[in-house]
Amino acid sequence: MTRVPAIGVVGSAALSTYRDQHFKGTRTEQERALLQTTTLYVGNLSFFTTEEQIHELFSKCGDLRRIIMGLDKVNRTPCGFCFVEYYLRADAEMAMRYVNGTRLDDRIVRTDWDAGFVEGRQYGRGKSGGQVRDEYRTDFDLGRGGWGTMVQQKAEASQAMYS
Amino acid sequence: MPLACILNCRNPIGHSPKMAGHMRKRRRGHEQADIEDRLESLIKRVGEKSSSSLESNLEGLTSVLEADLSTYKNKILRILTDCAVLMPDKCSVYSTLVGLLNAKNYNFGGELVESMAKHLKDYLKNCEWEKARYSVRFLSDLVNCHVVSAGSLIQLYDTMMEAALEPNTPQVRRDWFVYAILSALPWVGRELFEKKERDLDRLKETIDSYISRRVKDHLVSLRVWTGQTLHPQEEYLECLWFQICKLRNDYWQEKHIVRPYLAFDTLLSEALQHSLPPLNPPRHTESMVYPMPKVIFRMFDYTDCPELGPVLPGAHSIERYLIEEHLSQILDQNIPERKECAAALLAFPQKSKVPLEYMIIEVILGELFRLPTPQYLEIAYGSLMIELCKSQPSTIPQVLAQAVEILFDRIDTMNPSSFDRFANWFSYHLSNFQFKWSWYDWTPCLEMEQDHPKPRFVQEVLEKCLRLSYYQRVVDIVPKEKNFEKLLPPKPEPRYKYTEDNNNVDPVVVIAAQNLIASVKRKTTPEEAFLTLRDLPNPLQEEGEPDAPYNPLKIDVLVQTLLYLGAKSFTHAFQALAKYHQILKALGSYEEAQICILRSVYEIWHDHPQMMTVLVDKMLRTEIVECSAVANWLFSRDMMQDLTRMYIWEILDMTIRKMSKRVAKLERELAESKEKLKAAATSDGSSDSEAEYGRGRKRKHGVDMPSEKPTEEMIERMEDKVEHAQTDQKNLFLIIFQRFIMILSEYIVRCDTDGKDFKTHWYRWTLGRLQQVFLTHNEQVHRYSDTLETLLFTSDVDSHISETFKQFLALRS
Repeated sequence: MTRVPAIGVVGSAALSTYRDQHFKGTRTEQERALLQTTTLYVGNLSFFTTEEQIHELFSKCGDLRRIIMGLDKVNRTPCGFCFVEYYLRADAEMAMRYVNGTRLDDRIVRTDWDAGFVEGRQYGRGKSGGQVRDEYRTDFDLGRGGWGTMVQQKAEASQAMYS
Repeated sequence: MPLACILNCRNPIGHSPKMAGHMRKRRRGHEQADIEDRLESLIKRVGEKSSSSLESNLEGLTSVLEADLSTYKNKILRILTDCAVLMPDKCSVYSTLVGLLNAKNYNFGGELVESMAKHLKDYLKNCEWEKARYSVRFLSDLVNCHVVSAGSLIQLYDTMMEAALEPNTPQVRRDWFVYAILSALPWVGRELFEKKERDLDRLKETIDSYISRRVKDHLVSLRVWTGQTLHPQEEYLECLWFQICKLRNDYWQEKHIVRPYLAFDTLLSEALQHSLPPLNPPRHTESMVYPMPKVIFRMFDYTDCPELGPVLPGAHSIERYLIEEHLSQILDQNIPERKECAAALLAFPQKSKVPLEYMIIEVILGELFRLPTPQYLEIAYGSLMIELCKSQPSTIPQVLAQAVEILFDRIDTMNPSSFDRFANWFSYHLSNFQFKWSWYDWTPCLEMEQDHPKPRFVQEVLEKCLRLSYYQRVVDIVPKEKNFEKLLPPKPEPRYKYTEDNNNVDPVVVIAAQNLIASVKRKTTPEEAFLTLRDLPNPLQEEGEPDAPYNPLKIDVLVQTLLYLGAKSFTHAFQALAKYHQILKALGSYEEAQICILRSVYEIWHDHPQMMTVLVDKMLRTEIVECSAVANWLFSRDMMQDLTRMYIWEILDMTIRKMSKRVAKLERELAESKEKLKAAATSDGSSDSEAEYGRGRKRKHGVDMPSEKPTEEMIERMEDKVEHAQTDQKNLFLIIFQRFIMILSEYIVRCDTDGKDFKTHWYRWTLGRLQQVFLTHNEQVHRYSDTLETLLFTSDVDSHISETFKQFLALRS
């Protein structure tokens, strides 16, 4: 059949709208990298999820080259994300189709294409050292340190004021 | 041209607003392409959900196409013939469409028939068996639409039966012709019965005698459950034959297929029919690969389904076949998008007539457990079932739970391949539903022998649950009954023996190990650190081998210590291996030494099979150990007690696959280079000139960098590499099969001597694993069948063992 869109342009394996603002290169270069990469960003992990658990789940889609745990910049402990790199893009695509949106460690994980790991990208970019999303969230998430950092800081501040 | 029809259609699919705008800009010269796209879209989407009736959509589409036949005939021909084969669940929709077009334009009908017949021939030549089968079905359905004459269809079937009866051709080839006819009869059986009853009877008799004379050696190895089971695991062709026989007894009345042409009967019967051109099936050659036989998977019968609901069609009813095939087709077409797939399955057109959830689950599990291997990734089926649970939480989870109970109940006759997939799938599924399960119901299995499949299953599931979670979680999910603990996996921790408080180790060795640890922590070079072990005695020399080329003690201390230091995570372990790669590689220069390395891995990490697996994988990749060493290690005496555990076979499977990938890669590169050489030769005219090739080559750091044109020399080197790799692969299989024969033969002899029945659980597991290697890797093993037959599976071998080899050969005969 003619004029079928390229695999991955639509559907589960498509690029999301997220673009890493720290990417070193042009938008076009970033798009090309995203369309060729074998690396996935994995988010919404619990701080306690281990490399072993991630390996077990993601290797159901193909052979893994490596896993790089996302770390809190300050205390160098896992802060709820990681990079999963396959040898083959086709395998990474399978993860986008069959792992994204399912559970690991009782949490729904989210996968997205990543332009490729570069040293330094394993650290959270939030002010307190973790991920940005944990700075501003207002819910209580036991697997991600409880309250968001901003909420926690405000609570501590008011406690200090009234004690 | 009815506007309603056009207005019903959405924009041509596949064009984002940006692309559509882009195309509008380049309108001139692309208007034709635009219209072709719209035609394609209209044709592809006919028969799908619409606010108008199917009949009026077909009428409308016919008018549109009729008007465009002169300009876009070839395009329309291609789209229609493609749709017939790529959307087989809409076979009758398209045959009706063709019927309507034929009634209006006789020539077009003729051209379509010619085109379809040509496609059939091409599909056969290219071994595209499913497409060919759907083509036969489509052509048969065209008889219902008065496009093709019944007589010429009979002739086609006769030609196909001739091919089915051709001597000296593989049965798998001849089977296909019969299968294609049988799978078309539900569509056209009634019509042939009315118009050509005698020919139909004659055909049936020929097929009957064919079926009864077929050899079914392969049946045993492809059954999910061995031995007597509640539901017969029938051979696919035989099952379909029974279903067709029953259909014939019902005067060819079937209730599933939607037949739009019935609404147009008057119009269509006025059309002139065409004759099919004669079919010359391509001759059999050694290179042709035929579809492998299948066994029909059945786990439910009507008593499993709710009493007050729709009845599950019987095993030999044609409806069961048609609905299962239809569900498979929906799955095939949608599996890349699991949410859409679940929705499409649950929106099955006639869902109120059948217990749909049961049939869906049976089809999916049937595919998951299919031998030799499932069609798609296991996780594809797993995540699809999660989607189904989410989409229909009031019914699907209960049916799944029922399915698991049924499967667990019958697990003692399940073959190891399917057992593995069941354990992997079930643990994965539980991990998405908080590991909630009625474990307590399974406590009876605690009383069974350790190697009985039921307790083995629970153990393996808990092991896999552990990998997906953490130790305390698994402890918490099993009932607090004391005995359940014995099925829990051990805590996945390292067992390092060179500690000061271990009295079983020579203190000298412990000191050396501790020195090594200190050295590593001080971040000295690997060579310096290794010096700490230089004074360790060599046990091999003490046993009387003064020239021992390796020191098992040094290897053990080094490997265990490195892995102990890198015990925190996979990444830590990999870093340790990477840092000491050179030393490890040098230490492993003999296969015996490599086996020592693997033994050390086992000693420290035997409570963490997952860690062992990734370490072996890493060592294979970095060439610290070779595939043959891994195979020999797995079958060694030390590993005997673990032979009924899944992880052993996962490591073996991984090792075989690595070897196969290596060979495939080298073969592919060789083929590509040969192609390039051939292409260069023909385009340049002369292939002898060295200068021509020299011109294409670049030099970088004194090393030749191949550019476009490979040289004869390069090809030769590649051929050497391929030959080497193939020899390694053959040797690997020889090792594996020889070891299997040895341990199984020894076991049988030992049991005979002790006066025991050798058909124990251990025996069943091990024989099953042998079968598993044959099946899973049948393509690769097939290359070396002759060697295996001559060297290993000789007449000396116990018949129970050589039987598996015979069954393997039967897969392709």
